[in-house]
Amino acid sequence: MNASRAAVLAFPGRLASFRREGWPMVPITILAVLALLAIFADVIAPHDPQVGLLGERFRPPAWQQGGSTAHLLGTDHVGRDVLSRLIFGARVSMVVGFTAVIFAGVVGTVLGILAGYLGGWVDQVIMRVTDAWLALPALTFAIFLAAIVGPSEMNIVIILGLVYWTRYARVVRGEVLSLKERDYVRLAIVAGCSKRTIMRRHILPNVVNSAIVLATLMLGVVIVTEAALSFLGVGVPPPKPAWGLMLADGKKGLMAGYWWLTVLPGVCIMLMVLSANLIGDWLRVKLDPQLRQL
Amino acid sequence: MKRFVIRRVGYALLSLVVLSATFFVFVRLTGDPSVLLVEPGASKADIDAIRADLGLDKPLLVQYAVFVKGLLRADFGRSFYYRTPVLELYLERLPNSLLLAVVAMAFSLAIGIPSGILAAVRVNGWWDRAGKIFALLGLSMPSFWVGLLLILFFSVYLGWLPSSGSGTPWHVLMPAFALGWYFAAAHMRLTRSSMLEVLGSEYIKLARLKGLPEALVIGKHAFKNALIPVLTLAGINLVLMINVAVVVETVFAWPGVGRLLFEGIAFRDFPVVQTTVILGGVMIIVVNLAVDLMYAVIDPRIRYER
Repeated sequence: MNASRAAVLAFPGRLASFRREGWPMVPITILAVLALLAIFADVIAPHDPQVGLLGERFRPPAWQQGGSTAHLLGTDHVGRDVLSRLIFGARVSMVVGFTAVIFAGVVGTVLGILAGYLGGWVDQVIMRVTDAWLALPALTFAIFLAAIVGPSEMNIVIILGLVYWTRYARVVRGEVLSLKERDYVRLAIVAGCSKRTIMRRHILPNVVNSAIVLATLMLGVVIVTEAALSFLGVGVPPPKPAWGLMLADGKKGLMAGYWWLTVLPGVCIMLMVLSANLIGDWLRVKLDPQLRQL
Repeated sequence: MKRFVIRRVGYALLSLVVLSATFFVFVRLTGDPSVLLVEPGASKADIDAIRADLGLDKPLLVQYAVFVKGLLRADFGRSFYYRTPVLELYLERLPNSLLLAVVAMAFSLAIGIPSGILAAVRVNGWWDRAGKIFALLGLSMPSFWVGLLLILFFSVYLGWLPSSGSGTPWHVLMPAFALGWYFAAAHMRLTRSSMLEVLGSEYIKLARLKGLPEALVIGKHAFKNALIPVLTLAGINLVLMINVAVVVETVFAWPGVGRLLFEGIAFRDFPVVQTTVILGGVMIIVVNLAVDLMYAVIDPRIRYER
């Protein structure tokens, strides 16, 4: 047993299995609200997220002494409106999170199917690379890549995709190994289907479910990683409003007790990741008939 | 046994090769690696010297051989910023990282094991549910944010603990908790499932049948066996902790290996970045190998597998 597998075992998936029936309304609502904020950020946000007034520095939220209704959640170290930055930050997190998860998912699923179905040296090559990459701590690997290519949103997506495709590849390969022994695949071979057709028409539709479940669960991991990279200054470049960047900026006011700069962006990250994890667990139980019977 | 050891060591070596090749390829993918390896503001002559050193005009395989040769001689180059060999810097910081990881591990086990046992003893009870929520929070709250919240509460509001730096035992508490927090959830889940497995076994039934008090059954008989997988994972996680502490160490200005990596990024000190990441990968591959071999010694079934 290697480390990554042990780590997976340590996080048994059905964390949220206490809610088996019905739709997980709370996380879906949270994600929907965040998505709406992200889409309509230009309309909703009261101020420009990247421009601040130096005269308005470190304003506390409206309900605290010294706060004003012009800046409901206060302002940061250069006088930018925190609420507007949080709203635009949702857009950054959503765009980066979803594209990275999809990118990693497509690469991982394709390689997993190839490895599992073709077997032989293809399998050996793909799985050895997967094992070696899984051995690296994802965050350190991502930092290394980011340090080489420099900070930008596009680079972050590519880096996260490169770091996380291995998880999909491993899961999908395992599924394909059992799928390819099924009768309908054998029949397809007898009927004279090419390997390409079998992989595309018969194998792919049957691994999509697992890939989607994994993608939902990975969304949280990816968002946390993005936040960490931005926090370290190798993620989304300033002055873009990313939550991780806001936490890094918030450190400047931390010792003075400007709590809103540290608490609020973190709460946003937590809500988004928590929702993604809850939905992922629900989907896993829903889409995986074997688990449902447990 | 011999065949198993040879194969497993072979895999580890292969992983190392893939790892070094990955680094090699990525550094060159971005274009001219001499840009990364040369100090900011270096002269044209310096750049040319580095190019000749790396042999950038030679075929890729030759370049790779040169790169690996450097690694094998533990020659990781000099830091641009500190002007000392990177390996020295790394070894200087390692004890701090180790200290942080050990205390973080103590936290995570102190939280994880008792709550895991409680959850297993009362499956689907109040404790079990609380444990599930706790595990979810552990996954959803980034460790560096936990660290920032700790500073806000214990340093700024209460003024009890120092917010950054090192030196006294007080300094290690908050970074260790922030780092251990994430792993506590993992250790709790594993303790729970391993405890449930042991509680279902025959010898526990026998212990109960002979009339042993429940506290002894759980505390003495079940606990010991359930602990084995948890401690194995803890061993692996300890090495992982050293290598994922970058963000937490940055938050608390803790002078460990992770902080070194962060400084490497901030000062565009590429040899430092490369070395920290490579040594981290090597460490993890070696520990995985050690754990697998240990398992094979303890459990003969593994040796003959496949």
